Amino acid sequence: MSASSRWYQLLLALFSLNAGTAVADYALNMTQGVTRTSQAVYDLHMIIFWICVAIGIVVFGVMIYAMFRHRKSRGVKAAQFHESTTMELVWTLIPIIILVSMAIPATRVLLAMEDTSDADMTIKVTGIQWKWKYDYVDTEAEGLSVVSSLHPDHNEARQLGADADLTVFGDTYLLDVDNPLVVPTGKKIRFLLTAADVIHSWWVPDLGWKKDAIPGFINESWTIIDQPGVYRGQCAELCGRDHAFMPVVVVAKEPAEYAAWVAEQKQAAVDIANSADRVWTKAELMAKGEAVYQTNCAACHQPNGQGLPPVFPALAGSAMATAEDPAAHIDIVLNGKAGSAMTAYRDILNDVDLAAVITYERNAWGNQASIVQPADIKATR
Amino acid sequence: MSTATADHHGPARGLMRWVTTTNHKDIGSLYLLFALIMFLIGGAMAMVIRAELFQPGLQLVDPQFFNSMTTVHALLMIFGAVMPAFTGLANWLIPMQIGAPDMALPRLNNFSFWLLPFAFTMLLSTFFMNGGGPASGWTLYPPLSLQMDAGFPFMIFAIHLAGISSIMGSINVIVTILNMRAPGMTLMKMPLFVWTWLITAYLLIATMPVLAGAVTMLLTDKFAGTSFFSAAGGGDPVMYQHIFWFFGHPEVYILILPAFGIVSAILPTFARKPLFGYSSMVYATASIAFLSFIVWAHHMFTVGMPVVGELFFMYATMMIAVPTGVKVFNWISTMWRGSMTFETPMLFAVGFIIMFTIGGFSGLMLSIAPADFQYHDTYFVVAHFHYVLVTGAIYSIMAAVYYWLPKWTGHMYDERLGKLHFWISTISVNVLFFPQHFLGLAGMPRRIPDYSVQFADWNMISSLGGFVFGLSQLMFVWIIFKAIRGGRKATDQVWEGAQGLEWTLSSPPPYHSFNQPPTVR
Repeated sequence: MSASSRWYQLLLALFSLNAGTAVADYALNMTQGVTRTSQAVYDLHMIIFWICVAIGIVVFGVMIYAMFRHRKSRGVKAAQFHESTTMELVWTLIPIIILVSMAIPATRVLLAMEDTSDADMTIKVTGIQWKWKYDYVDTEAEGLSVVSSLHPDHNEARQLGADADLTVFGDTYLLDVDNPLVVPTGKKIRFLLTAADVIHSWWVPDLGWKKDAIPGFINESWTIIDQPGVYRGQCAELCGRDHAFMPVVVVAKEPAEYAAWVAEQKQAAVDIANSADRVWTKAELMAKGEAVYQTNCAACHQPNGQGLPPVFPALAGSAMATAEDPAAHIDIVLNGKAGSAMTAYRDILNDVDLAAVITYERNAWGNQASIVQPADIKATR
Repeated sequence: MSTATADHHGPARGLMRWVTTTNHKDIGSLYLLFALIMFLIGGAMAMVIRAELFQPGLQLVDPQFFNSMTTVHALLMIFGAVMPAFTGLANWLIPMQIGAPDMALPRLNNFSFWLLPFAFTMLLSTFFMNGGGPASGWTLYPPLSLQMDAGFPFMIFAIHLAGISSIMGSINVIVTILNMRAPGMTLMKMPLFVWTWLITAYLLIATMPVLAGAVTMLLTDKFAGTSFFSAAGGGDPVMYQHIFWFFGHPEVYILILPAFGIVSAILPTFARKPLFGYSSMVYATASIAFLSFIVWAHHMFTVGMPVVGELFFMYATMMIAVPTGVKVFNWISTMWRGSMTFETPMLFAVGFIIMFTIGGFSGLMLSIAPADFQYHDTYFVVAHFHYVLVTGAIYSIMAAVYYWLPKWTGHMYDERLGKLHFWISTISVNVLFFPQHFLGLAGMPRRIPDYSVQFADWNMISSLGGFVFGLSQLMFVWIIFKAIRGGRKATDQVWEGAQGLEWTLSSPPPYHSFNQPPTVR
């Protein structure tokens, strides 16, 4: 939406006599979400909110009354009282009672949210600068792995600066991914959250919670989604340059549809594993490599390979990417670089993707060096 | 120093006066000027943030630079603006309020001030180094903070220097208050500003070394091969957060307790009525200080604590509402049946009470752990802490400046401009921060330079409020400048209802406030 039409809307909202309808488009409150947990959290939020409003009306009411009545300009003579143990006791004890009445429902909801027992399935969530990886660790989906990055169209749009037309994305700008997390409805899903590099936080407001993904630690959480649908969120813990660009998309499918999706994904995984054993042509590798590069590497090293020195080095013309022996290049992509934002892609990309992207980096933007085959990656692992 | 002129000596002349001064008023002025400069630089960074967030899409800055802006904005405002401003007020006011000639440790005083310009120059210099300024948020959570490039050790050293300065300043405050009170001024007769600063000074001495320890461990993790906070080497990144917030939560009260003292001084003056519940105010301040040490992990509800831990920190945090409530109720009782007038300091004090209480309400909401799982790291939190810090701490500082400026300079400030400054600030600051509650509840995370389109309207409104609030602070600078240069002569008492030792001195007060200790009934 252009700046001018946004201004216009804003003015409309501010000055419209019919402000109620103009403002109705704006989200003002927490979502009730789609799970029993999110509903319970919403209810708790509203209870505390109304208690605060009630206290506010009383306290500010008394204060504003005094400000209008007890003015020097009205000729009021100041009283000189300055102590009352009774009053101090009253306004210590009443808040304590109110607090206890808040703490009871809060405790109940908290205990339910932390009970991850009796889960039907488990999904491991790994936060990586700046994408999410989902591993299905049990049930029929066991062994499936999904890497979920900002959708390429959004990724392109956000790099256009002021020229970007964001209206095409509706309400999902920056909230869409290439590969969403797909889950079945009606099942208690236990999430195990961890991270590969820095701390991230996995948050889908419709599920009612967020939980930090911390390198070296495994956190637990759970959800049961009853309604099929697409639920969106994003990383909530500052995790570096592209923190704003690692959305979470959860697609909840009916069990039958979900089973079909699992079967399809398993077949795709088998196909990829098979293709890793054959020799690829340079053209094939370059085509695939460019796509992988745009999703995983371009944010830092830039689409033109120039990087953002000194933090994110250029790949175009770099000694490593043009050396005849690709060993060093393979090593840094596989294992990352400690103490920098360079992620280890060992567990994020498969052999074909790795071979393709390394080949691309070695032969794009004027670089001319050897190509790398999936078999080379397999041998190095 | 020549003994012959000892009776009449005043400040040295020229620039060296400010470099070598050991006078509590000169050092107080230096602190306040330094805080004002930091407030304007930090504010300019906030303007960059609000400009980038004016519309969805990335228009102005690189995301990395945006992260630096949020990080350094916070560091400057907390360590460079609010804390030095309170220390400046302490320097100016504590000796005058307890009937002392100066602070107890004048050379330490000079040193603790002069560390600050170097500390913050060093912090800002990281912007010109490889990799730019710190961009991991002011909390500097590892492992992210360890990804900072060449500026990292400079940032850590800057924090060390600022911390040393705070500790020395606190020692000075404690020694002054405990040893230099005029005869008859028992502890329970001290003005509340002195009381709140005494407690704040103990909080600082208790927590600043903890911060120093935490950032030193970051330093050795980065350069000396230790792994305090790296799980791969047997360390624990969450441990950093525990240590940091063991400092960080008392720090929050360091930023607000002196504000309580200021408001407790201003309200009785303009209500022409003694402060209600003096002793309960002292006890409430001490309770808040105590509780501040046992609530730190409410900043960490989402890191995955045992449920018993979450319950403990939730209950303890909710308890803070009790002594804080006592304070608000006492203030309102002070106003009740007073004979009130609303000069600028009173406007800021009343604004403080209302808007700080709004921040208190959202704080209470945040204390509820299950709801915090939604609120945490969203704009709801941003709105909360700006209500308590901008319309809380900073409003109290502005109230204090307007209240004591006539005493300090001997001139009345321009009342009409002061009131205008209050109203423009108060309207714009609410346009700035109130919509951020909605943004957070609707699902906008904090610390992001670009956002989904449904957050656009409130962000634009918030930015507009931000630009007006930012610009209106230039009025504040102008009003102060004008009052220093001249203006209607202030009387000794300045305000009709003002009570306390500082108002018995001339306006401006003599260079060594009380040469003879006054008698206190």
